[in-house]
Amino acid sequence: MNSNTLLSARAISLQYDQRQVLQNISLDINERQIVTLIGPNGAGKTSLVKIVLGLARPTAGSIERRKGIRVGYMPQRLHVDQSMPVSVNKFLNLAANARPERIDSALDEVGAGSLKNSQLHSLSGGELQRVLLARALIQDPQLLVLDEPAQGVDVNGQAELYRLIADIRDRHGCGILLVSHDLHLVMSATDEVICLNQHVCCHGHPEQVSNDPAYLELFGKKDAETLAVYTHHHNHSHDLAGEVISSDDADKPSGSGHHH
Amino acid sequence: MLGFILNALLAGLMVAAIAGPLGCFVVWRRMSYFGDTLAHSALFGIALGLLLEINLELAVIMACTVLAVVLVLMDNRRGLSTDTILGILAHSSLALGLVIISFTDNQVNLLSYLFGDLLTVSTLNLAWIGIATFIVMVLLFQNWNKLLAMTLHEELAQVEGINTKAMRLLLMLLIALIVAVSMKVVGILLITSLLIIPPACARTFARTPEAMALIASAVGCLAVCGGIASSWFWDTPTGPSIVVMASLLFVIGRLSGPGERA
Repeated sequence: MNSNTLLSARAISLQYDQRQVLQNISLDINERQIVTLIGPNGAGKTSLVKIVLGLARPTAGSIERRKGIRVGYMPQRLHVDQSMPVSVNKFLNLAANARPERIDSALDEVGAGSLKNSQLHSLSGGELQRVLLARALIQDPQLLVLDEPAQGVDVNGQAELYRLIADIRDRHGCGILLVSHDLHLVMSATDEVICLNQHVCCHGHPEQVSNDPAYLELFGKKDAETLAVYTHHHNHSHDLAGEVISSDDADKPSGSGHHH
Repeated sequence: MLGFILNALLAGLMVAAIAGPLGCFVVWRRMSYFGDTLAHSALFGIALGLLLEINLELAVIMACTVLAVVLVLMDNRRGLSTDTILGILAHSSLALGLVIISFTDNQVNLLSYLFGDLLTVSTLNLAWIGIATFIVMVLLFQNWNKLLAMTLHEELAQVEGINTKAMRLLLMLLIALIVAVSMKVVGILLITSLLIIPPACARTFARTPEAMALIASAVGCLAVCGGIASSWFWDTPTGPSIVVMASLLFVIGRLSGPGERA
């Protein structure tokens, strides 16, 4: 393992119920590197995240983490039963290694300082995601694992959230594993993309991947188009069935980018 | 004369005080049917106790504990929902208990097990309740934050180093223990209400988990006092009176509490 490598997975496979969930997956996460995992539903993203976090064991392959590594984890979503009264402050206090000054600085960093005494129930989707991110930051993580951080956040908020994530990487120098299917928003803030569908379809720099035939096949040209809209234009696109559709439809911004 | 009332009051208050905080987790984690199942299996414990002629409290605690462990182990079951499995276990253990009791020569007063018999609490009963509530209180207090973290997000808690499987088992065992010893107080059919109603009442007024637990304790104790008083003055059955009191407090709380619970 390299000296700035935080985590290294080699030839990971996972079988569940005689079904191949993950096949021969290798990935490295280095300091200051944002690795994004994309792939359709059922591609095994969540399973891979669980293995990375040490919550599940692969059937084959090995995973090596830097000794004593501090991991911050932001789960896909938090569902708090209405019957449970919890303030943001209490929620953050439950984190391992929680200290008042750490809680304050984490909240400030994600721009949620004013929410400290709010009840978790009263938060909007975007506010809740920020609070979850703050909870992960309390660990002063060397590795941040963010599972679909922009879920339930509106489009403007999403762009802001991804900027915040890039900022956090710059400030803390941590490595980040990001799971997403908001392709077009994630790409700009990513160093390495891994396109997953049980196996690694393709990987590399965002631009490289977005032109990779395996990637185009997996997501259809239309998603690829939404992503590529920042750099170039096609005069047509494909719908889910692969049919050519007119560029008028294909150019419709966001919303059409989600097939899952 | 005053002795048995004092015993009843002590037993009821101890159980209610700890059922409040413990019941909060039952409410937060939606485990009320689990509580019911444990309660039903308590009758199976009684039956076994009578058959094997061992201490009834011990037999009930053992039956509830075994059931709790079985449920944790069956966590990875396939094909059937937890709801269904609980239903099967609850009613088959209750039925099995009744069948076994019919074989024993004992003249058993079933009603006293089903609806409680607080006024006949002996000093030995009181000792069992005291030991059980003490154990539950210590363990609950020690693991309070871990249990909260697990209740909020299981995997997040796990990543942060909490053994969630152990915590789940602990919670189930604590509930089993309280269910087992509170049989004398409100009876098998009403035990869950002591775990559910006071926390539900407390929710209206609480803004932190701890406040909810404390208020639930207070509501439970109030219900016990009211139930025993009603039993004393109007000769009503004690266990059901306690539950009626708790329900009344719940309704009053809902009507008078702050409407908006932000």
